[in-house]
Amino acid sequence: MRLLAAMLVLLPCLFPKGVLAEEEYFTVVVAEPYIELRTGPGRGYPVFHVVDRGDEVEVTKRRTDWFKVRTVRGKEGWAKRADMELTLTTAGGATQFAEAGLGDFSRRRWEGGVLAGDFEGGDVISAYVGYAMTQNLSVELAASQVFGGFSDAVTGTVSLVAQPFPEWRLSPFFSLGGGYIYTDPNVTLVDEADRTEEIASVGVGVRWYLTRRFLMRAEYRNYVIFQAKDDNQEINEWKAGFAFFF
Amino acid sequence: MESRLRIFLLKVVCTLVLVGIFPGCSYLRVDDAPTDDAGPVISPELERRTITEADIDSEDFEVGAFVGVMSIEDFGSNVVYGARGAYHITEDFFAEAAIGRTEAGETSYETLSGGAQILTDSQRELTYYNISLGYNILPGEAFIGKGHAFNSALYLIAGVGNTEFADDSHFTINVGAGYRFLVNDWVALHVDFRDHIFDSDLLGKDKTTHNLEGTAGISFFF
Repeated sequence: MRLLAAMLVLLPCLFPKGVLAEEEYFTVVVAEPYIELRTGPGRGYPVFHVVDRGDEVEVTKRRTDWFKVRTVRGKEGWAKRADMELTLTTAGGATQFAEAGLGDFSRRRWEGGVLAGDFEGGDVISAYVGYAMTQNLSVELAASQVFGGFSDAVTGTVSLVAQPFPEWRLSPFFSLGGGYIYTDPNVTLVDEADRTEEIASVGVGVRWYLTRRFLMRAEYRNYVIFQAKDDNQEINEWKAGFAFFF
Repeated sequence: MESRLRIFLLKVVCTLVLVGIFPGCSYLRVDDAPTDDAGPVISPELERRTITEADIDSEDFEVGAFVGVMSIEDFGSNVVYGARGAYHITEDFFAEAAIGRTEAGETSYETLSGGAQILTDSQRELTYYNISLGYNILPGEAFIGKGHAFNSALYLIAGVGNTEFADDSHFTINVGAGYRFLVNDWVALHVDFRDHIFDSDLLGKDKTTHNLEGTAGISFFF
């Protein structure tokens, strides 16, 4: 598929202009005195060309906050987003590039991430996906792997997460969940068998919006494992990690 | 006589034109859209298609495969292979997920003793997964000869994950560095060195093991 795309991009080079239909690239007009083109998508790459006011450039691709553009004369280079936002569309309007911001963070629908931390003395790695039903309330599905001193465990939980201040950059949340824990005692402890038990949790945490679609998350959860053989076991879990939202 | 007839005929033509009997010649009847014989008076130089900012191809994801050598502490070195996926968050930071697989060799005890085996064949299989955060510390251009410049970056990376080895799961921290060399905009070659650190009690007592890995790989941006 990429090869095909590459061939499509290369094809126009083989034919004189006008033989093929025009390419479908977004075109902008430089409105500032000039914009700088760099050899790579990063602030450190050297500037090798400038495009003057009034010249049109085609935007061929984007990587993070950099746009690859092609001038009328065929020069290709990378321009930064701040510069590209000062260009005009061919119709004369202001150019607006889709960019997630704090507003999108508070209106997010899907969220997914990875956290690591401490599970009552053991280590835990956890991955989750969340869906926001409203700005304040979301459902989360999480799977964790616990590496304990005497046993390893895998948990699967569903939680209801309430976020009272969705518009805050540093936004606290509360969670209530339930699920299952599968415990696999280490091989040296022969008298213990593998077991699956029900688990419930209550927790508190914070989301910290960083940039684009990226956020940090830290949380504490208190679990109760409903054990078949004796009293219920209480577990404290602390974890932190990063997440994306869409 | 002749000139009077000419004037009369001109009058007739003018009247007809003004009244609009000849639609093709008339400038008064602008409401009639031209059908098949006449196009618009001015045709635009090129037709603009509606391409919006959202149609710009965004290439922030990277997937790839790698192969190399991994040394498992006390168990020798063997071929490791795996797959990686990355998301470039900014020009500096990227998140990466990786899976890998290798096989443990024999400890020196097993080799010297002749027949003794600490692990069965299936227990010698080591698989790992991890999720890491990388930072492009030295981005730059690399030159090959006089006429070719390639974008590249040296990156530092660290993360957490799980290592399955000898029928046991081990919480694993990985730290390392790598070099990314972009052949073109969307194909990159990687050289990567990692230390996978996990606690193991396999040889009797608890200890922190360092399992070094060196790999080479290829990845594609999309």
